[in-house]
Amino acid sequence: MRAWPVVKSFLPFVIGFPVFWALEQVVPSAWNLVAVTVFVNIVLAVSLNVVNGFTGQFSLGHAGFMAVGAYTSAKITLALSDVQLGFLPVFWSDQLVFALALLAAMTTAAVAGLLVGMPSLRLRGDYLAIVTLGFGEIIRSIIENSKPLGQATGLSGLPHRTNLVWVGLCALATVVMARRLATSSQGRALFAIREDEVAAEAMGVDTTGYKVRAFVISAAYAGLAGALVSHAIMLCTPRMFTFVRSIEVVVLIVLGGLGSITGSVISAVVLTVGLEALREFQSFRMVSYALLLIVLMLTRPQGLFGTHELWDLKILKRLGRPAAAKEAK
Amino acid sequence: MTEFLQHLVNGLSVGAIYALIALGYTMVYGVLKLINFAHGDVYMVGAFAGYYLAQVLLGQYDPNATALTVFLQAMLVTTGGMAICGLLGYTIERFAYRPLRHRARLTSLITAIGVSFLLEFGFQLSPWFKHPIEFPPGPSFRVFPTIVPRSQFEWIDQTIGVSISNLDIYGLVMAVVLMLMLQYIVYRTKFGTAMRAVSFDWQTASLMGIPVNRVISWTFVLGSALAAAAGIIQAVSRPKIDPLFGLIPGLKAFVAAVLGGIGNVPGAMVGGLVLGLAEEYVAGYTDSSYRDAIAFSVLILVLLVRPSGLFGRVTAEKV
Repeated sequence: MRAWPVVKSFLPFVIGFPVFWALEQVVPSAWNLVAVTVFVNIVLAVSLNVVNGFTGQFSLGHAGFMAVGAYTSAKITLALSDVQLGFLPVFWSDQLVFALALLAAMTTAAVAGLLVGMPSLRLRGDYLAIVTLGFGEIIRSIIENSKPLGQATGLSGLPHRTNLVWVGLCALATVVMARRLATSSQGRALFAIREDEVAAEAMGVDTTGYKVRAFVISAAYAGLAGALVSHAIMLCTPRMFTFVRSIEVVVLIVLGGLGSITGSVISAVVLTVGLEALREFQSFRMVSYALLLIVLMLTRPQGLFGTHELWDLKILKRLGRPAAAKEAK
Repeated sequence: MTEFLQHLVNGLSVGAIYALIALGYTMVYGVLKLINFAHGDVYMVGAFAGYYLAQVLLGQYDPNATALTVFLQAMLVTTGGMAICGLLGYTIERFAYRPLRHRARLTSLITAIGVSFLLEFGFQLSPWFKHPIEFPPGPSFRVFPTIVPRSQFEWIDQTIGVSISNLDIYGLVMAVVLMLMLQYIVYRTKFGTAMRAVSFDWQTASLMGIPVNRVISWTFVLGSALAAAAGIIQAVSRPKIDPLFGLIPGLKAFVAAVLGGIGNVPGAMVGGLVLGLAEEYVAGYTDSSYRDAIAFSVLILVLLVRPSGLFGRVTAEKV
């Protein structure tokens, strides 16, 4: 019986793997990239929601962390593209290298998140918006000036490694991470900071520490998304990671509801597919994003879902909650 | 030494622009405690307003115009641009920020980002009107028409080797005049007193009979007009303008405002000049391709060492 919680925590992936594998076979190749984008946007939105939604801070630098992750993984897969691990067949060797690249991407993005978060998170939320925006621009200017990173033309000729199984599992991992975080004591601390920072601090919550941790987690997953994107389109340029990309993610989570994982996932799916269908009106895309933000804030600032979750529905409550939350009760 | 002086000239002319934009940030932050993200874009709109006004009102530049005509024309374009942006600032405040004033601060911040994007990308749409002006201007850059002819001070160039143009001097003089006017308004007039009262404590101010809404509106008008002036000064000497060119100066001006102590009017001026000089000297003596990164390093440094800025007071958060 004691092994059950451990098994259960892997259950989503055990179920998810065949589902995504089937999806990879079913989805026509024309729609493959759209499907990949949907999942990448889920990773981005859910991870940004950890900072902007759960913690109530406001980061605008998600694209910067994506860039860190993307370039790290691109350098690794490019360097190891000819290497074949002897004890494995080619296919599995490639997948192992890619997994390694993804982990490295998460690690470097997390370190970048730590470096940015430490000074700025000591201060009030709206400073963070500017610092992270500035950080994104710094990253871009470093890349554009750096010879090994290909300057403005970027890195090309990356191996095509991202498929629906990879992005699907990564999106699933992000959602599971966010949900487990939300139901843990860490999550409670983050919500307390969001609701009232002064009160939280008075209750003994180490506000800066929790904020930095949330920021680092979020940055790591942004790095993961960056690595996935660059290996889907086999290219890595600074233009892919402008602040416009960050704002797109902000629009996703604001639409879905700051603090709602369900909302982030649904708005990531709807907006990505919707924009794909409206491709002809490309030039109006950013304008409509802007109008969407303003109108949403004026009429329904909590977004579509507020802070509600799908699994808060009574019917689904029976399916059980993560082990940690049960023990806490 | 020559290089030092040259950087001084360049730094001051860039710093004056930052200072003018930073004033708008700092005043709005003072009264509303809101980072007006759209402020950098108001600066951009200012430059475009000047561009269109010069096109419609002045037509082709006449090289035989007398100094007085040139001066009057430049004043016409500048004040016109300032008026247009003042109106824009009023509109933004009235319809985007005022309805949200009593909601959480994050709500206003998100709206500000929305407004900023609306201006940036609205201006990038392909033109709807062709006549008399092509509006919106579209994504590619446009060349600001010549209002004031550029002339170098040859004798300075020959004697000390520093190249200064008349535009640098005019821009600096104009920025200083505007800042002195603002200083007068803020510290010597009734409106200025009301503004400082609102920024100190708007609830008490409103109990004392100060029309808080009107004061906030006028603060936006003033800040936006200054940003427009900065945009036009910048565009006259460096005539390439495009819908995204307000983004980076806007961010840097915010850094300048934080450096001077956000909410502090003289602080914003000093912060702007210091930032302009710092950027010019660091970029001049080292690798200039990292110019944009300098401002943000300054910001992070200020936040670490002295978060209240050079002139800001340290205030404890009250519950």
